[in-house]
Amino acid sequence: MLSETALKQTPLYHEHVRLNAKIVPFGGWEMPLQYEGILAEYNSTRRDVAVFDTSHMGEFLIEGDLQESGLDRLVTQRLSDLAVGACRYGALLKEDGGVLDDLIVYRLAQAKWMVVVNGATMQKDSEQFMRIVTAKDKFTNISFSTGKLDIQGPKSRDLLSRFIKGFEKLTFYTFAECEVLGTKAIVSRTGYTGELGYEIYFPWERTPELWNKILSLGAKPAGLGSRDVLRLEMGYSLYGHEIDENISPLEAGLERFVDFDKDFIGKAKLLKEKKEGSKRHLIAFVSLSRRSPRSGFKIYSSDGQEIGVVTSGTFSPALEKGIGLGLVNAGCAKKDEKIFVGEGSGSIEVAITPRPFYKKGTFRN
Amino acid sequence: MEVMEDYFYTKEHEWVRIEDNIAIVGISEYAQSALGDITFVELPEVGLEIEQFEQFASVESVKAASDIYCPLSGVVIEVNEELSDSPDLINRDCYEKGWMVKIEISNLEDKVNLMTSTEYQKFLESLE
Repeated sequence: MLSETALKQTPLYHEHVRLNAKIVPFGGWEMPLQYEGILAEYNSTRRDVAVFDTSHMGEFLIEGDLQESGLDRLVTQRLSDLAVGACRYGALLKEDGGVLDDLIVYRLAQAKWMVVVNGATMQKDSEQFMRIVTAKDKFTNISFSTGKLDIQGPKSRDLLSRFIKGFEKLTFYTFAECEVLGTKAIVSRTGYTGELGYEIYFPWERTPELWNKILSLGAKPAGLGSRDVLRLEMGYSLYGHEIDENISPLEAGLERFVDFDKDFIGKAKLLKEKKEGSKRHLIAFVSLSRRSPRSGFKIYSSDGQEIGVVTSGTFSPALEKGIGLGLVNAGCAKKDEKIFVGEGSGSIEVAITPRPFYKKGTFRN
Repeated sequence: MEVMEDYFYTKEHEWVRIEDNIAIVGISEYAQSALGDITFVELPEVGLEIEQFEQFASVESVKAASDIYCPLSGVVIEVNEELSDSPDLINRDCYEKGWMVKIEISNLEDKVNLMTSTEYQKFLESLE
């Protein structure tokens, strides 16, 4: 019997152990941080192809009309004109405008949807969906029957085309139901790395088979460590860092994923914020040296005032410099301005820069 | 984990090789492996006077930053300049090319506070 605090394992846990992965707790799951090493896995993804276990992520199915089911009210993004076979990124908010989660909505059929959420937040997301979705039997949490692999890198299409057909023409943020190892699976042209890549949703218990097939074709296994560096070079938000229940999507710079022409939970609060102006905003910055900003470092203006906090930071192998994202008080930091991040005495000089940090990603190729 | 026989070690996983009154200092195989890909090394100024176990350098990897403590008291007489362009030398060869600092030892008796290679080996086993 598992205790409530026991960490959950993905269907690939034993594969990770067999590959000698460094396993760490992440959002309630035992996940691989790295196998060969973060930089090697980063390089495989940017130059070749790598596979990530993302089975910890949650998946919900909703059957029914967009409005009647309540789905439309749950998501900030416009979904009414989403084509069958396409997906869209958006946010799930509380009434007060804080972010419960970021998610991707897939339109599987005219009146059938799949929602993909973060692993750590899956339970509270599910509770929110259950409160709002009108016909309870039309909401199914399939998180524990659905495994997920991310195959990412410029050679991901070539690799998958060796055993999957009918996905090759997919454009960014579209998907197809394909036959994968004898079973129907969703192959989605999405990812979190900035490279050409796919996410495959697959039956939980058969996920090791798919994982080993992909490794046997030459993909390198990659862990959370490289995944974080890759997403941060793209300037993508990570739940619990750039967005959480106390950060609004406007503060986080996600306004383009919010449709003010429709109704959604939290809209009144966001409209008010939009009118009055956000108190904070997210900035991206690059270190002038190889020193890396770290999550939790304070941000100081050039005259030494404390103006905010670093939400994510790492070393960027592409830039060979430290990079980071952070929330600063409104009006405090302007483009190209030199500011400082640090803790205690040692601080790092950084320059504010537009996102993404990495501009050569193949994700739209 | 590789441990060099004639070196001395700290509980923070620094190593020191003593040649007459000169101490050559770096971090152990265990430390470099735990840190992962090293991306930046901050070294002290030549001429800095330092006490045993005082922080005198830091190492950053993709994952985290870590302080480095000096195994012996003395004066910094040389730092490994190659580390500024190739911090990964520590990952590739932590006991030779990845050395960090040379110190003129002021008190060799401080050595009693360090572990021999056999003691360090046992210490590493106790961490497992």
